[in-house]
Amino acid sequence: MKPVSVISIVLGAIFLSCSGIVIGETDPSTADHTKFEQLQGPFPDGPAVTEACLDCHTEAAKQLHKTTHWTWAFENPVTGQTLGKKNVVNNFCVATATNWPRCTSCHIGYGWKDDRFDLTSEKHVDCLVCHDTTGTYKKFPTGAGHPNYQPKKWPPKKGKLRQPPDLVKVAQNVGKPSRDTCGACHFYGGGGDGVKHGHLDSSLHEPSRAVDVHMDSEGLNFSCQTCHTTGGHEIAGSRYVTNAADTEGIDIPGRSDDSRATCVSCHDTAPHSEDSNPKLNDHTDKIACVTCHVPEFSRGGRKTKMWWDWSTAGRKDQHGKPLVIKDDKGYDTYNFKKGDFRWEENVVPEYRWFNGKVHYKTIGQKIDDTKVVPINSIEGDYNDPGSRIWPFKVMRGRQPYDTENKVLAIPHLFGKDSDAYWKSFDWGRALRAGLEATGQSFSGSYDFVETEYYWPVTHMVAPEEEALACDSCHSRNGRLENVPGFYMPGRDNWEWLDLIGWLMVFGTLGGVTLHAIGRMIAAARRKKQ
Amino acid sequence: MSKVKMYSRFLRFWHWFQALLIIILLLTGFEVHGSYQLLGFEQAADIHTLAAWSLLGLWALAWFWHLTTGQWKQYIPSPVNRVIAMMRYYGFGIFKGEPHPFHKDLWHRHNPLQRMAYLSLHVMISPLVWVSGLLYISFPYWEEFGLGGLSLEPVALLHTAGAFLLLTFLVVHLYLALTMGEKLFIHLKSMITGYEELEKE
Repeated sequence: MKPVSVISIVLGAIFLSCSGIVIGETDPSTADHTKFEQLQGPFPDGPAVTEACLDCHTEAAKQLHKTTHWTWAFENPVTGQTLGKKNVVNNFCVATATNWPRCTSCHIGYGWKDDRFDLTSEKHVDCLVCHDTTGTYKKFPTGAGHPNYQPKKWPPKKGKLRQPPDLVKVAQNVGKPSRDTCGACHFYGGGGDGVKHGHLDSSLHEPSRAVDVHMDSEGLNFSCQTCHTTGGHEIAGSRYVTNAADTEGIDIPGRSDDSRATCVSCHDTAPHSEDSNPKLNDHTDKIACVTCHVPEFSRGGRKTKMWWDWSTAGRKDQHGKPLVIKDDKGYDTYNFKKGDFRWEENVVPEYRWFNGKVHYKTIGQKIDDTKVVPINSIEGDYNDPGSRIWPFKVMRGRQPYDTENKVLAIPHLFGKDSDAYWKSFDWGRALRAGLEATGQSFSGSYDFVETEYYWPVTHMVAPEEEALACDSCHSRNGRLENVPGFYMPGRDNWEWLDLIGWLMVFGTLGGVTLHAIGRMIAAARRKKQ
Repeated sequence: MSKVKMYSRFLRFWHWFQALLIIILLLTGFEVHGSYQLLGFEQAADIHTLAAWSLLGLWALAWFWHLTTGQWKQYIPSPVNRVIAMMRYYGFGIFKGEPHPFHKDLWHRHNPLQRMAYLSLHVMISPLVWVSGLLYISFPYWEEFGLGGLSLEPVALLHTAGAFLLLTFLVVHLYLALTMGEKLFIHLKSMITGYEELEKE
């Protein structure tokens, strides 16, 4: 073989391997949506776009109808509870019932403005909210899932004018969901940036390596579905049934369900390299990865809400105007519509044993008002091989309840009617409307009860060098100080053994010192004689 | 008076290496126990583990040496009246300037109290520490060893108790070894050089 042909083969091989990488990165679609006749428009509204989509993607809406993203209802196979946004209570805005048009601005549909919404309608599935790649498609906050089709102000009256999206342009530029499309709802849950989760906020649109080592926009640049793998519009990784202890190892196609939603799916069950302390891999049978690798949440310069006290809502300032107090970074610490808030950033999580089973308070469940009411309670303990120590954001607050019927009240907050709390600021009317709308009766007497809600922390995985060190937990007053059920070196001791031990050591030291002094005195006396 | 080689090269190596390891183990052990912060938990635990394995190796050599050379006989307990004589000496006689009631020679290196103290170190305190220590270190494998029902707490408790006993032993040992004898530090010197001045009998 001539040298020239050897060189050309080598160069060709290099070229092929390089081009392979390039193809992998860009992952171009086989369809150019600007060329589709159906997408030339004009479109009067969102559902019209969906009808065009369904012309080709005939099964898409049917697939979505089966997902929690659409139904907002979820049958928990582990606990048998019926969950989902439609059925649970939280300690943010409490419940979706009677507040539909505001809440459903984060529903993947159009027009869920009351409880008569038709969940079988295909054209009311919103394709664009997930598949927009232009960043210009936004649902209007009070539009029941619709974007605004006319220029409209938000907040009403004094807010900025929001232009309607160019539906044709958006429809012609659809693509795979991105951190931006998922984040449009998931980063703003609870009514604002970072409010609900703390480990999901707008800093993850373009995160640095320090904020999230996987989504690092200049590094690995993972999208949400890199881990939350999808198939037929079903998305892996549910908070309602958390996989708290994945023992399956790396998910290999053909041998597993191809879901990569746990750390172990890629990193395996003994992920620490041979150079690292061998004790680290020993710990994976009891400690969740995120416990050490998400040392703090809300690390992206945004605060998360940690406390919400509804009982103080409704105040006015000295001029009789509705009161709003902001902190130095512009976060509301008091808002007349909602009460007192506490915000925090770089939050150290709380740690609990967790086996993935969570029991929720659903609408109408009795509560014990003499204690802090758990909105959800997590299961797990040291002796359960399926439990790991997990980090949690614990959202605490005070919210209304019916003092006679002993149920968490459902406040009717949002609406144009005068029963809505944000219109009349009359709790009695708002609670009656909310409770009756959910098929319950209201005794007429209410008060506020403290509640807590556990949110497992899974995102904002920090770079390796930021992971917790041994001392973080293996020390007196360390992070796991209150995690029960086991003896931990450095944290635990038997007070009386230490007392006896040190008495023995220092008693002996004192004894031999006295003995030595006695000998010196005796020797000095003998010398004199 | 005559100069006798009292401590063989191996004995001195064993003694000093053991001394170093035990001091390291006490320092790092009480840090792992949470009594203070010095090196940080990770480093303390790593060094503790390394020193522990080294000490076990050294002990294996020492036991072999004791058994093959007959040196184990140095720890055979003395009659009670001789022990009492030693206690009387430390309690009263030493203050009155009385002579030491015990004369050492090559095969009787230890006075009756030392025999008792070292015997209990070798057959009680050390085994307590290394049995509990080996269990402690093998914690991740208990299930495989059929020890799944065991809890770490009593093991750690016994190990800590052993450490307190060892530390107390060390305090007394240092006091006696450094200050007893004709002159201060005379025993220290012979444990380094191996040679000791003995009175002729």
